[in-house]
Amino acid sequence: MPLISEIDYGTPASRSEKMVTLTIDGNEITVPEGTSIMRASMEAGIEVPKLCATDMVDAFGSCRLCLVEIEGRNGTPASCTTPVAPGLVVHTQTSRLKQIRKGVMELYISDHPLDCLTCAANGDCELQDMAGAVGLRDVRYGYDGENHVKPRNNGEINARWTPKDESNPYFTYDPSKCIVCSRCVRACEEVQGTFALTIEGRGFDSFVSAGMHENFLESECVSCGACVQACPTATLTEKSVIEIGQPEHSVITTCAYCGVGCNFKAEMRGEELVRMVPWKDGKANHGHSCVKGRFAYGYSTHRERILNPMIREKTSDPWREVTWEEAYAHVVSEFRRIQYQYGRDSIGALTSSRCTNEETYIVQKLVRAGFGNNNVDTCARVCHSPTGYGLGQTFGTSAGTQDFDSVEHTDVIIIIGANPSDAHPVFASRMKKRLREGAKLIVIDPRRTELVSAPHVKAAFHLPLKPGTNVAILTALAHVIVTEGLCDEAFIRERCDWSEFEDWAAFVAEPRHSPEETEAFTGVPAEALRGAARLFATGGNGSIYYGLGVTEHSQGSTAVIAIANLAMVTGNIGRTGVGVNPLRGQNNVQGSCDMGSFPHELPGYRHISDESTRDIYEKMWGVTLNPEPGLRVNNMLDAAVDGSFKALYVQGEDILQSDPDTRHVAAGLSSMECVVVQDLFLNETANYAHVFLPGSTFLEKDGTFTNAERRINRVRRVMTPRNGYADWEVTQNLARAMGLDWNYTHPSEIMDEIAATTPSFALVSYDYLDKVGSIQWPCNEQHPLGSPIMHVDGFVRGKGKFIRTEYVATDEKTGPRFPLLLTTGRILSQYNVGAQTRRTDNVAWHAEDRLEIHPHDAENRGIRDGDWVRLASRAGETTLRALVTDRVAPGVVYTTFHHPGTQANVITTDFADWATSCPEYKVTAVQISPSNGPSEWQVEYDEVARRARRIAGKMEAAE
Amino acid sequence: MSEGNRLVREANQIATFFHSQPRSGAASGVATHINKFWEPRMRRQLFDIVDNRGGEGLDWLVMEAVPMIRRPPPPEVPPAAR
Repeated sequence: MPLISEIDYGTPASRSEKMVTLTIDGNEITVPEGTSIMRASMEAGIEVPKLCATDMVDAFGSCRLCLVEIEGRNGTPASCTTPVAPGLVVHTQTSRLKQIRKGVMELYISDHPLDCLTCAANGDCELQDMAGAVGLRDVRYGYDGENHVKPRNNGEINARWTPKDESNPYFTYDPSKCIVCSRCVRACEEVQGTFALTIEGRGFDSFVSAGMHENFLESECVSCGACVQACPTATLTEKSVIEIGQPEHSVITTCAYCGVGCNFKAEMRGEELVRMVPWKDGKANHGHSCVKGRFAYGYSTHRERILNPMIREKTSDPWREVTWEEAYAHVVSEFRRIQYQYGRDSIGALTSSRCTNEETYIVQKLVRAGFGNNNVDTCARVCHSPTGYGLGQTFGTSAGTQDFDSVEHTDVIIIIGANPSDAHPVFASRMKKRLREGAKLIVIDPRRTELVSAPHVKAAFHLPLKPGTNVAILTALAHVIVTEGLCDEAFIRERCDWSEFEDWAAFVAEPRHSPEETEAFTGVPAEALRGAARLFATGGNGSIYYGLGVTEHSQGSTAVIAIANLAMVTGNIGRTGVGVNPLRGQNNVQGSCDMGSFPHELPGYRHISDESTRDIYEKMWGVTLNPEPGLRVNNMLDAAVDGSFKALYVQGEDILQSDPDTRHVAAGLSSMECVVVQDLFLNETANYAHVFLPGSTFLEKDGTFTNAERRINRVRRVMTPRNGYADWEVTQNLARAMGLDWNYTHPSEIMDEIAATTPSFALVSYDYLDKVGSIQWPCNEQHPLGSPIMHVDGFVRGKGKFIRTEYVATDEKTGPRFPLLLTTGRILSQYNVGAQTRRTDNVAWHAEDRLEIHPHDAENRGIRDGDWVRLASRAGETTLRALVTDRVAPGVVYTTFHHPGTQANVITTDFADWATSCPEYKVTAVQISPSNGPSEWQVEYDEVARRARRIAGKMEAAE
Repeated sequence: MSEGNRLVREANQIATFFHSQPRSGAASGVATHINKFWEPRMRRQLFDIVDNRGGEGLDWLVMEAVPMIRRPPPPEVPPAAR
């Protein structure tokens, strides 16, 4: 297992299809038009010396090291900025070039420290490599003149020297080692799109500066790591490399945070992870990353990780460490007792969207084949279940229609109810790149999210709707398109059911759906809405990206249907650059849905009542399957309170923190007689658990994750599980203890079973994934190479189905007692319930959840920025600190839910999507008032949590 | 909120959606949805409300859908109670 070293071609690839042939150092080479001579040389196997060029950013031409000579042309042009031309004859090494390069290197080195042996970049320094490549043997200028290297010069303070900036928790900036190649500045602009870095000063005075001459942590820097990757010296270096040293081997794996599914090289020294470096060949991220995937993996070795199984009789008892065998035996005897006493349907399980496909698949298999019921659900219930329903009804399958690359070909983007800059940062960077190239943007969001106005990105329209009115807005957009004759009739006639379209068109054309009518309750000016509709219908390739701001509503499913209608009516389905794209929250939400985690369907979205599907599994598993749908998680909790549901096996989820109406969740969990939690940490749900099974991290196991573009990515084990077992092994051992004859020796065998039983996965195997890197389902006989774009020659269901979308106001209404609307979201540095990211240095950016409130609402209530406020709804109350900002509209407040102390879900209600029970997290009527400290519930819960986390014989862990 | 009320609210929410759909398929739409997604004990509670409480609180479209909703088998008697 060597260290994977990727070839740096110096400049990005050209997309041209026209080919050009030239000669470089006597080798004839053919490359696409627009390729640089530097890149063409590298493709011919000739590495031209370079410092300021790297293929993640455009050519810059500043270092003067990559000069070449071209026959018939004067001078020595830079190979990075000179494009190829037919018949050129290029020489990369002549005596003139050698001399120039040596001179350039000599100057560089005259202002660079000579501490190579003890430098963190030793073994990975391009400056050192180039000094070697050009044969630099002497620096005639000496080192005593003006320099940026030494703190003191001849006893005097050297004003040019700047100390190291160590403010960022993950990397250091050492200006004394900087060669001002601008690679970091360009990476921040071109790749990340944040524009946080700049070159300050001119000539010899110039240096890299974060923000307005700030330190990195206080600047706009989002810590994506692109600059660190781009840096050719030790100027920007991972602190982990400084501490550990250079890695010696690396393994390609997939990030376990959001639904983008970035591929990384896990760079290792033995079993120690030195750093995570985004992989250039990763199809979702193309070599980019965010602060979570790149840096926030420290939780895997956090001291609070639980490594031994534990049980207890009552949740008020301290935990008792036991052997794995005892833990399994306890679960089995309890589950058997409960089923004997309360019936077969009295137990169930939750699969995890953070675990692998294989692990999810065997948990649902355990429920259906072992428990003998269908009581299995997953956290997708509370995020994207309406996507499954809405796209299933209209298009025929529950998935996004595009790959991420498609955004490079889009002309108009609608983002509704999603904030990719925070929740899907790597995709946001790719989107911003396209926007800087000229694509237009329409943002539909109650908040002014970053994309509304970011550096060099400005939305053409921002429709700041009142939370809960998505369906009215989407229907009004359709109204404008239909009544102004902007439909793509040819597409509709060919691809969709015409009579359903006519019915729908007549419905949306009704005057009550006009933007002038809806303005009164959506708060969106009619003119802006009309403008947005016209732009989307006529602006070229139109794509829609959406998130939980669409799904997590009483009308979540209706809104997804409205989005599908909008894509169909404008003909924006079935080719690159268009489509309907749900942005999935967790790494494997798509996969957990695909794997049959929902109580009503088997893997591949086949309903449990379908006899032929059941037959496949009955034969393979040797059991009879129950044809009735099982309980959804909210129904499980209801049934628990009712007394008919008594035991739950929860793999890698924290429903107490993440699910709505915390008191109801707590009531449900405490009514159960055996709650089994499998997790890395004693999470909030574990406070109500009787058995704790330690989990393993994504670094400790093999498997696959499926990202938001249906891409099946490999997860590869790089270290031994600290708890002893990968999660799939724990589930298998539990199943075996229950008497099931399971004998998987590797997750690849589980994938083989999935492929054998699920038509859309028919050709998927680990061997195939190792060969092609990753694949987007469906991958079968019809689509052997997978399916980057869906519905290309027609919809999966046959004809596209238009469905009427009547706006129905949510029952959660504001009034005199609760006059404000609370909506919730995420922040870049934290992930979901924060169990992982709170246990990393990411807390440097977001140590607590804050309540965003408009200055007007704040002033009315006498609230200043940073004050503690009491946030109350009909469901409950909590306290947190205010952040006064006009990012939110008057009447709307906003918070995140990353910290358990905040208890944001004490506030959220039990209202839910009509079709899927997806909770209405995004709309809660609240009141806000100044406060002195934590609410009664927070104090009480804190005490319960503290007591619930005691482990016999151990000191209490400080949280 | 009691579990019965939750169930009535959920059923009525489904009916609300289908009220806006073409009249011909509205009741069967409600029935199909409940058949596909409601676990037997939920359907049992629904039938309990319909049979024993005159469908109290239920939207008329739910009532119209009831004949098309699959009656669940009687609850399993736990081995302990046999």
